[in-house]
Amino acid sequence: MEHLFTNLAAAFTGWMITLGLSPVWADIILLLVKWIIIITIITLNIIVLIWLERKVSAFFQERLGPNRLGPFGIFQTIADAIKLLTKEDIVPSAADKLIFKTAPMFFIVVAVMLYTVIPLGQGMEVINLNIGLLFFISIGSLSTIALLMAGWGSDNKWSLMGAVRSVAQMISYEIPLAFSLLGVVMISGSLNLQDIVAAQDNLWFIILQPIAFITYFIAATAELNRGPFDMPEAEQELTGGAYTEYTGMRWALFFLAEYTNLVAVSALMATVFLGGWQGPWLPSWLWIIIKTYGVILVFFWVKWTFPRIRMDQLMSFSWKVLVPVSLGNILLTGAGIYFCKWMGWC
Amino acid sequence: MMQSDIYTVNVGPIHPSTHGGLHAEAVMDGEIIQDVIVHLGYVHRSVEKIAESKTYQQFVPYTARLDYLATNLPVLGYCQTVEKLLGIQVPERAEYIRVIMAELSRIASHQIAIAATGIDLGATTGLMYGMRDRERIMNIFEMTGGQRLLSSYIRIGGVAADIPKEFIPVVRSFAHDIPLMIDEYNGLMTGNEIWAARMQGVGILSLEDAVKYGVTGPNLRASGIAYDIRKAEPYGIYDRFDFDIPVGSRGDSLDRWKVRIEELRQSGRIIEQALDNLPEGEITARVPKVLKPEPGIEVYHRIESAKGELGYYIVSDGGKKPYRLHVRAPSFINLMVLPLVCRGGVFQDIITNIATLDPILGESDR
Repeated sequence: MEHLFTNLAAAFTGWMITLGLSPVWADIILLLVKWIIIITIITLNIIVLIWLERKVSAFFQERLGPNRLGPFGIFQTIADAIKLLTKEDIVPSAADKLIFKTAPMFFIVVAVMLYTVIPLGQGMEVINLNIGLLFFISIGSLSTIALLMAGWGSDNKWSLMGAVRSVAQMISYEIPLAFSLLGVVMISGSLNLQDIVAAQDNLWFIILQPIAFITYFIAATAELNRGPFDMPEAEQELTGGAYTEYTGMRWALFFLAEYTNLVAVSALMATVFLGGWQGPWLPSWLWIIIKTYGVILVFFWVKWTFPRIRMDQLMSFSWKVLVPVSLGNILLTGAGIYFCKWMGWC
Repeated sequence: MMQSDIYTVNVGPIHPSTHGGLHAEAVMDGEIIQDVIVHLGYVHRSVEKIAESKTYQQFVPYTARLDYLATNLPVLGYCQTVEKLLGIQVPERAEYIRVIMAELSRIASHQIAIAATGIDLGATTGLMYGMRDRERIMNIFEMTGGQRLLSSYIRIGGVAADIPKEFIPVVRSFAHDIPLMIDEYNGLMTGNEIWAARMQGVGILSLEDAVKYGVTGPNLRASGIAYDIRKAEPYGIYDRFDFDIPVGSRGDSLDRWKVRIEELRQSGRIIEQALDNLPEGEITARVPKVLKPEPGIEVYHRIESAKGELGYYIVSDGGKKPYRLHVRAPSFINLMVLPLVCRGGVFQDIITNIATLDPILGESDR
């Protein structure tokens, strides 16, 4: 079971070479197949995830949640997807049409790109990039542009306010986000995510870097636009924020991209802090799924418990608390590594 | 300071957090509120004029639609005003039942306020907690009046029907559970750091301003005066009950929120006392089919509604219908301080302030 997918991939490449393709072309086709599989998994996973979030929130709020379509309402999301597909696609007449239409596509493309570097098991990743973590952080911050495009293109005050907020928020939280991952990089000595997983062979980084884990979790919540930091959307204040003018499938793409981001960031947290795909008994690709879902459930829990923070408090929290704490964590990690080397332990 | 253009944002009339048809036009300088212009009248249905074409009894259901979240309170106020006009003596049992229903309505209204504040501040789970507990009150209303939201159970001279057998245990268990509900609201919301940060010092309504504007109800008490008509000028049999008036000190959103939560507990105490002392007997006075008060009488009667001082002013010309009826709606007057408390805050404070001022547009627009 452990090498199920890697063996499948190897068999696939071998089969294509026997068909007469050169190994380079076989690799390129394999890459395409990997992408198609990942996009399929993302889409199917999100159907489950939306259902799960609705059920989990219903559990928190003492409701039943979706329970009509299929057992435990499992087909509710599919019905919703069909509804969204058949809805009228409204583009406001005053909108900047090109920007308005490309924003959701840009958002989802950026979100899917995050999966390039995440190790989904032992030897299972799309590309084994030596700067994987840096790639993840930089691509993750691109989603800001998509939100800004949506807000600007809609030509609506609510949308623009949501977009401006989201830019301010993401720029502020990008810094503690990167800083809190720096401690992990210092210990593991690599930006390659597979190396980071290998470095957690004996001890997960959540134990060595508890402060970084907490700051990263908070910053990631803000990056994901999830409660209590769901400023750009803020349906009670901004009537939908950057997404106000979007309908049907364009809106659904934003929704899809947000969940795609959620899974990607949760998978990264599992990789960087929770030992990645490592674990006893079960195959590695099952472990990463279990850990990712564990982190996702914590995100759900936070969202459905906390009220939304105020914009100015959000900013001051980042600059006055998270940035100093994550900087202090880097200092502490450096001192710890120095001490460890001085004592001759590592 | 960075200079930016002044722009306006229309919060409402169609907006998720405006509690009905409120239209607040926010004049903004970046994220800072310069002014808020309140536009009212989106749910105006000329209730006062309708009263002039209805007989006294026929108008009872219309009053329930004023404050539809605390349905028994406006009905109680109207019925007591007409009873004052005609000099009708309400039987003891009816008085006690009325107190129970009125306090249940107050709790229902405050629970909606709690729930709505929760959703407005992004705590969706808070919404569900408030709604879940209010559901029990709706079931009690259904048990007595046959209708859940607008039961018009209180009538001129008494109540519509006697309470059913299972009423007392159900209400008693509800009153018993109120402290537990309060613990849950406090645990989920009041005790939350973000919640406190969103509310503390936001929308400060000073005592002088509150008095100047004529603000009443929990909003006034949050500013520091223990003014409650149930104590200040007891109507019905409210002088027989032992309860406290929760008072705030700073007059900010957090105080208004806390006062409402504490009022749940006090209403629960009143309900328990009323259940203990509920006498047997008639549930309605002998009221003539056609009510014809003396000509030329004017009556003003006020009660403590969930939102503040709810007053009815009726002028009779001796006919079957009121010559003039005016409602002093607390929400209308409380809403007038919205610009005052919002100025200088940030955009999100408008939502917080609307939620904690707890207006009801059905009453404010009439």
